[in-house]
Amino acid sequence: MSFFEHYNYHLAIVLSMIGFYTMISRTNLVKKIAGLNIFQVSVFILFVSIGVLDGGTVPILRAGQTEYANPLPHVLILTAIVVGVAITAVALTLVIRIREAYGTVEEDQIQEQDDLP
Amino acid sequence: MDTFVDIVLLAFLAICAISILTLRDLFAMAMMFGLFSLITAGLFTTMDAPDVAFTEAAVGAGISTILILTTLAQTARREAPRPRHNALLPMVVVWITGAVLIYGTADLPAFGDPDAPAHNHVAPHYLQESPAEIGIPNAVAAVLASYRGFDTWGEVLVVFAAVVGVIALIGLRRRPPGVTAGPVAMEQHDVLRVIAKLVVPVILLFGLYVQFHGEYSPGGGFQAGVIFAAAIILYALVFDLDAARKVIPPGWLNRLPAIGALIFGGVGLVTMLLGGDFLDYDYLREDPRAAQQLGILLVEIGVGVTVASSMLVFYFTFAERGRGRRTGNGETGA
Repeated sequence: MSFFEHYNYHLAIVLSMIGFYTMISRTNLVKKIAGLNIFQVSVFILFVSIGVLDGGTVPILRAGQTEYANPLPHVLILTAIVVGVAITAVALTLVIRIREAYGTVEEDQIQEQDDLP
Repeated sequence: MDTFVDIVLLAFLAICAISILTLRDLFAMAMMFGLFSLITAGLFTTMDAPDVAFTEAAVGAGISTILILTTLAQTARREAPRPRHNALLPMVVVWITGAVLIYGTADLPAFGDPDAPAHNHVAPHYLQESPAEIGIPNAVAAVLASYRGFDTWGEVLVVFAAVVGVIALIGLRRRPPGVTAGPVAMEQHDVLRVIAKLVVPVILLFGLYVQFHGEYSPGGGFQAGVIFAAAIILYALVFDLDAARKVIPPGWLNRLPAIGALIFGGVGLVTMLLGGDFLDYDYLREDPRAAQQLGILLVEIGVGVTVASSMLVFYFTFAERGRGRRTGNGETGA
């Protein structure tokens, strides 16, 4: 019973592991960034899950309502999403530069070119 | 019912994530990525977090996806076949990490448990005292702009730093001489053009509503900024980049991220000059509640300006680079 009380956390971990696997097993740099984003979203889900309260509602205060979801994770995550896209943009910029310098975005081919004397 | 919707959405997310992992066609992967973000936004709504859902829908399904597509147009459309030899080790690492993390959740309080430490630390203060201390209904906006204003200031600076990074890496090179960028693609898509004309003003208006009504309903500078940027990016996609550049001249656009950050920091400096601490809004006016609301309004405007202009700088820089390449060496792309 107590095991299934954590289903949200478990599925967030499953998602994060799919993202992690994408990052470490694929050689295409754009795909690695997509994996990084999946991992990031899983962390967002984990945080927002922590803020959920049974019987609570959206944290917009109004008369006659006493139970609200925790607003703090919402604040942390909505800023993190915007920072996340900024980081994704910088990462994709680096991919574009790598492609211009090496002519490829596959990690192993870049490594081969670097290994050439 | 909530639990059911929750589990269905999480299952969809897992399916999307696996298809992102396995799809060879990277354009299809980018579309799955947009879908993944949209479902995440739905999940956030079921978890009582509309502010987060707004942001995720505009950023993940809109801006991130478009940035990935623009990058793909300039790099490679398909993933190269993968060498077989390294398949086992990542799998082992992932299974072990996942097992350890799942084992770790056993000690977490149950999902939605009112006795969880997260609900008994600072959250009760935010929810019970903020009507008296700040007087705005949206607790998320109160925490974001007032209680944790210093933190938010840091986040705005990170976004600003990312803009500087993107411009430094790919933004400085002018279009090579001799390459003229004519209008691209969309002219024959009448349906798209008509729909975009109808939708763009509504999205812009909604962005302004989210910005200025953010104290009373879900919203604020971050959400409004990304929604506003998404509308202008849609306009640029359908009516060509040059038309969008006429709306917001690049000379202005490149300064706006700094201006937004300066508005935010300027409010902090003003409160210091008035005798308070950095971002201590109480000193802005006589009545502390009116002072807090004024401070939050100003700071949210700063956030909105920085976020909206940063997203636009990202898109314009990417698209401009891609167009130079495309007309330069005859590649085709989005």
